[in-house]
Amino acid sequence: MNDISKNGLWQQNAILVQLLGLCPVLAISTTLVNAVSLGLATILVMLLANLAIASLRTLIPYEIRIPVFVLIIAALVTVVDLSLNAFLHDLYVMLGIFIPLIVTNCIVLARVEAFAAKNGLAAATLDGAMMGVGFLWVIALIGGLRELIGQGTLFSGIEMIFPSLTHIQLLPADYPGFLVMMLPPGAFFTLGLLIAGRNWLTARTKQRLPNQHMEAAPSAEKTPPVAA
Amino acid sequence: MNNSPYLHKAASVQSVMLRVLLALLPGIAAYVWFFGAAILLQIALASLTAFAAEAVVLKLRGKPLRPFLTDGSALVTAWLIALSFPPLAPWWLIVLATAIAMVVAKHLYGGLGQNPFNPAMVAFALMIIAYPQHLSQWPSLPAVVQMDFAAQWAMIFNLPPTQTLDALTMATPLDALRTALHNAESKTTIASAWANYPAAGHLADRGREWVAAGYLAGGVWLMQQRIITWHLPIAFIATLGLAAGTAHLINPAEFAAPLFHLFSGGAMLAAFFIITDPVSAATTPYGKLIFAAGVAFITWIIRCFGAYPDGIAFAVLLMNMCVPLIDMATQPRVFGHKK
Repeated sequence: MNDISKNGLWQQNAILVQLLGLCPVLAISTTLVNAVSLGLATILVMLLANLAIASLRTLIPYEIRIPVFVLIIAALVTVVDLSLNAFLHDLYVMLGIFIPLIVTNCIVLARVEAFAAKNGLAAATLDGAMMGVGFLWVIALIGGLRELIGQGTLFSGIEMIFPSLTHIQLLPADYPGFLVMMLPPGAFFTLGLLIAGRNWLTARTKQRLPNQHMEAAPSAEKTPPVAA
Repeated sequence: MNNSPYLHKAASVQSVMLRVLLALLPGIAAYVWFFGAAILLQIALASLTAFAAEAVVLKLRGKPLRPFLTDGSALVTAWLIALSFPPLAPWWLIVLATAIAMVVAKHLYGGLGQNPFNPAMVAFALMIIAYPQHLSQWPSLPAVVQMDFAAQWAMIFNLPPTQTLDALTMATPLDALRTALHNAESKTTIASAWANYPAAGHLADRGREWVAAGYLAGGVWLMQQRIITWHLPIAFIATLGLAAGTAHLINPAEFAAPLFHLFSGGAMLAAFFIITDPVSAATTPYGKLIFAAGVAFITWIIRCFGAYPDGIAFAVLLMNMCVPLIDMATQPRVFGHKK
């Protein structure tokens, strides 16, 4: 149980270590609200997908498992997509194609294939949730940093979810902004720096504890192939 | 009497960089003569920032400070940034740009000799994307002549009496021509747009054409000193001249003359000082020709058909990306070996 959480949040973090699902991470993390919204939608899909597939895993023929997984995920994403459209229409318009694209998010399929198809119900659900939370905190951090440096605010667009709230102006109002952070290059810079920061932390931890965690540390070293 | 073997003492990084700085002086002198001493302030700001940023990063990386700080490479980057920015840009722009150049473009890639992209051009490209309003504000010659240094100082540090930048600036020749040509209603030609341009000189912008000539003189001295080989500047100038000349011959109403292109914007600075960065440029003789020709051609394309005031920074970065490929494809034959 503990290992599943640790893997999802840090050791095997979907974005920082596995580098999976980068397309929505880079495209949607322009503001904190966008990032968190997409992160929550992804958590929901991952949790339900892992739950559904772990419970159906004995019924799914091995040879056609991938199409079946994708169908189940697509059905779940459609539910999320329609609910967002119905209840949070402004946000739905903002997130646009990236809600339907959760279907193709590699991290969802990766967890289903690598974990839910081989593990019990409780473990699989926890794994989906924790992988999702790991996704959420990183995309939220990227979104927050980009919004703060790019335009000096936080929570801009919160009124799309809670009409009574408004954004916080953290930097002085005459802050000239840094447009690059709001543009795609800013997403790559921020992600790159975060990955570098995580590698640095891991390297430092390994240095300080030379004898322990030998089995946990190498996970940071082998970087899986990048998938968008 | 000396005996053989006669060995050359390899030029140290420091002496190379110092001579590059020296070669920039004629251009800077012309700059000060025409546009006032504001550029010296920008150069000082950029140099201080470069030293500070480099010292901090060296400290963080656990490298010795003295050899890296005194090699002069930070100064060259800083001066190139200052010279490619508008002289009356706000102080934080140049500080931010220089810090990014040193920390992100140079040291995050491993420091001097490791950076795949030209640091000065990384800074310029980032800044022109982030703050196009500041980087397209070039002071007009008549307005600047009336400003004393105190007024320029106040301008850069945004002190009272605050002046609006719009009153002092005007479109650069490259911008003015593009705007006139892209304005479908006015049906202007290069010649009529140029006749209306208030600061037209002999070849390009009055004042800035002399700055370009200063860079040219300094660059020729660098070639004579063998700090740079002829390949990069000549290929750059020839390609830009050829592309502009061909288009100008075909349609003189819409394409400016080659000499105008060579003496406008940052073309001369790029030809001798920017694309000749020994780290991020191609290194084989043929590779240098391809690299410089590519930069010149992309610059010309961006100038004629793009939306940015000048295309050199983007052109340099795009060609920087091709350098590993170019170098691999143009390895010279080793003596005694077949290809």
